[in-house]
Amino acid sequence: MLTIEQATYDAIVAHARRDHPVEACGIVAGPEGSDRPERHVEMVNAAGSPTFYEFDSTDLLGLYRDLDDRDEEPVVIYHSHTATEAYPSRTDIGLAQEPNAHYVLVSTREHGNNDGPVEFRSYRIVDGEVTEEEVAVVPQLSTD
Amino acid sequence: MAIEVRIPTILRTYTDGQKAVSGDGASLSALIDDLEASHPGLKDRLIDNGDLRRFVNVYINDEDVRFIGGLEAELTDGDQVVVLPAVAGG
Repeated sequence: MLTIEQATYDAIVAHARRDHPVEACGIVAGPEGSDRPERHVEMVNAAGSPTFYEFDSTDLLGLYRDLDDRDEEPVVIYHSHTATEAYPSRTDIGLAQEPNAHYVLVSTREHGNNDGPVEFRSYRIVDGEVTEEEVAVVPQLSTD
Repeated sequence: MAIEVRIPTILRTYTDGQKAVSGDGASLSALIDDLEASHPGLKDRLIDNGDLRRFVNVYINDEDVRFIGGLEAELTDGDQVVVLPAVAGG
């Protein structure tokens, strides 16, 4: 199960809406091994495409250096689909290389840049196998 | 001669869980061959058909090797190499 704060959830959805029809992407970092998505980081989609996303390679290095310095890892890796459902595409599955991450997919196909419900779903993707998981949106992550 | 190589989570199965290993080589290609000797299987995850895999990023001292010669990029003692899987999809 992915447990995520309402504010983080809203920020991801807002990012996806803003970038529509281009795919939005980013991560939510948290302390290593904690499974707590605490720090939202928007990334630039270097592909600038409605059907593909890729973190810019220089940004990627900067991001991982920063995570390393903070003893964090990407707890959530998210991107949007702008014309299809919020389910990992074959490309998403083939390229998923963070076995510990929750892969979040947001679909803006219904309302694009406008307000309205969006699909927000989470998956584990390990060795080409996709497992959907429940998403619990909470006011705040527990402090214990 | 020693070059530190940072290994991403997904490839640590080849390095007994180590986050960094050290290797030798005057070029990236030679370094990868050297790493393969002590960490069998690693090379195949980095190289496909004689070229660096499209969705694996390798940096030498913070420079993406694609801009400095790819597998032929030169290395000297003390250089730091970072391997990171691309974060990408469709």
